[in-house]
Amino acid sequence: MKIRLRMFAVLRDRSGISQTEIELADGATVATAMEEVGRRFLGIVELLPRTAAAVNLCYAKPATILRDGDELALIPPVSGG
Amino acid sequence: MDRKNDIIALQSTALDIGAAIGDVGDHGSGAIAVFLGTTRGEVNAQGRELVALDYEAYAEMAETQMRQMAEDARRRWPISRIVMLHRTGLVDVGQPSVLIAVSTPHRAEAFGACRFLIDDLKKQATIWKKEVWSDRSSTWAEGRGRQP
Repeated sequence: MKIRLRMFAVLRDRSGISQTEIELADGATVATAMEEVGRRFLGIVELLPRTAAAVNLCYAKPATILRDGDELALIPPVSGG
Repeated sequence: MDRKNDIIALQSTALDIGAAIGDVGDHGSGAIAVFLGTTRGEVNAQGRELVALDYEAYAEMAETQMRQMAEDARRRWPISRIVMLHRTGLVDVGQPSVLIAVSTPHRAEAFGACRFLIDDLKKQATIWKKEVWSDRSSTWAEGRGRQP
């Protein structure tokens, strides 16, 4: 299956990627997707332990199962306001 | 009590405080609380002064979150109207980056709801700031919001 990956702020700067598609095995979770992102974008590996995830605009847990066409966003600690 | 009058948005243009106060005005309300978050001047370890904050947002998610926060506030306080606005792009020192305005029958409810909304926005909303220094170098501000 394919999902859309989006990255923001320091993650976008360091990876050089704002959005892309990634191919994952059926049944992949948020956690497995983040491991794949870490393998692809070595510059952000050290940031991933403090990175939250959102699926289709809602914060999601590592165990959340992804579906084809989902939008997975990697969310560094927010600093709005 | 009518959420269709709420105004919730991210915007790249300057925040209009007078317009926001007008927008929450309501004949059934006796109180309007307004919170403005502004860019605070700082000096970094290299002795450079902060000139601006450059805000980036995951806009679709942040606006969805802000609408949910307004719903949550409406469950806790008898709110007439809500305005929640957040800037994107460059916000110079001294200028506002976020505006929350709430109208309610009495002041305690207005203060309570306004504080809840800004606190929740800072914790949850998918918005980030980059600090822009006087030598034009820039650094992402350390986020203190939600962790995985």
